[in-house]
Amino acid sequence: MKKLIMATFALLLSLQGHAAEYKIDTEGMHAFIQFKIQHLGYSWLWGRFNGFDGSFTYDPKKPEDSSVNVTIDMTSIDSNHAERDKHLRGSDFFAVEKYPEATFVSKSYQPNGEGKGVLTGTLTLRGVSKDVDIAIEHIGGGPDPWGGVRQGFSGRTEIVLKDFGIDFDLGPKSTKAQLLLDIEGIKR
Amino acid sequence: MESQKMWRNHHEGYGWVSIGLHWLMALLLLTIFGLGVWMVGLSYTDAWYHRAPGIHKSLGVLFFTLVLVRLAWRYSNPRPAFEDALAVWEKRLALLIQWCFYLLMLVIPVTGYLISTAKGRPVAVFDWFEIPATLQLEGRVDMLGEVHETLAWLLIALVCLHLGAALKHHLIDKDKTLIKMLKPTKRMG
Repeated sequence: MKKLIMATFALLLSLQGHAAEYKIDTEGMHAFIQFKIQHLGYSWLWGRFNGFDGSFTYDPKKPEDSSVNVTIDMTSIDSNHAERDKHLRGSDFFAVEKYPEATFVSKSYQPNGEGKGVLTGTLTLRGVSKDVDIAIEHIGGGPDPWGGVRQGFSGRTEIVLKDFGIDFDLGPKSTKAQLLLDIEGIKR
Repeated sequence: MESQKMWRNHHEGYGWVSIGLHWLMALLLLTIFGLGVWMVGLSYTDAWYHRAPGIHKSLGVLFFTLVLVRLAWRYSNPRPAFEDALAVWEKRLALLIQWCFYLLMLVIPVTGYLISTAKGRPVAVFDWFEIPATLQLEGRVDMLGEVHETLAWLLIALVCLHLGAALKHHLIDKDKTLIKMLKPTKRMG
């Protein structure tokens, strides 16, 4: 009887699985939050946020239970040009003095197989909260050479600047920005 | 011989170099300030969006150089005496305001330079030459921007005060304060 209870308990545990929590590796900086937007429709301008933090939960057996939380330090915007960065921090764009942080909190994850899926969540940017869908690809994961366990993902989404209250006119080809999230997490 | 001496200052008045520097810098100062206020409101597709800041920065570097020249000239020349009718406190105030001018005219271009070079890029003076970056105060750019703008408006307020005072001396006191900055005074002794 005792054995049966133990076995049932073990079975329940394994069925339930346990989505491990991973901290985004910002210490070793194996994570990149980048954006690109067209310049005049002639080329892609790239930039990134150097400061952010967050975590995710992930269970390879039950990927649909995954969840993600990220906070971005908007003052850390970096497009490799001092005056442009200043402009981007100002009220024409991200108004970082008033809105120093952006957050993403996931609501659901829809796996499509082959390590891909769609992550839906709320992006709060410049004080505006809006649901976005992020196309996810699981790049890889497993033990690292230093005794830890890591999982890495790539995410892509597109936002309309106006949706978040940014209406500085950059021309008709530059109304949307792509967000490119490449995140590696270390298991806690 | 006499005309040669007219270049330098003496105890009763300014020479042509000081007078020329004063008016050239007055013109530059107003141009740079006007450009600065105008250019930050330009739309991205305006033809002047890149050109105006380029001219603003180029003239700013030239202006800064002229401030240094002017200070060097000031200390290698006698300083013309104030009008005799001025009270001691008026003379002290006048000197204090002169120093506020010099200070602002030095600090404002430096803050501008620090913004433009914060990420290591040089400042171009037209297409003549470039001033390389030095301090690269990347995290201080927004603060420097506010200082640059606030001090520029303060400088313009001082210019207005200066202009009002010059007119007051000319029209109400009817002394030579303004005339001395228009043409060199003949030496008395």
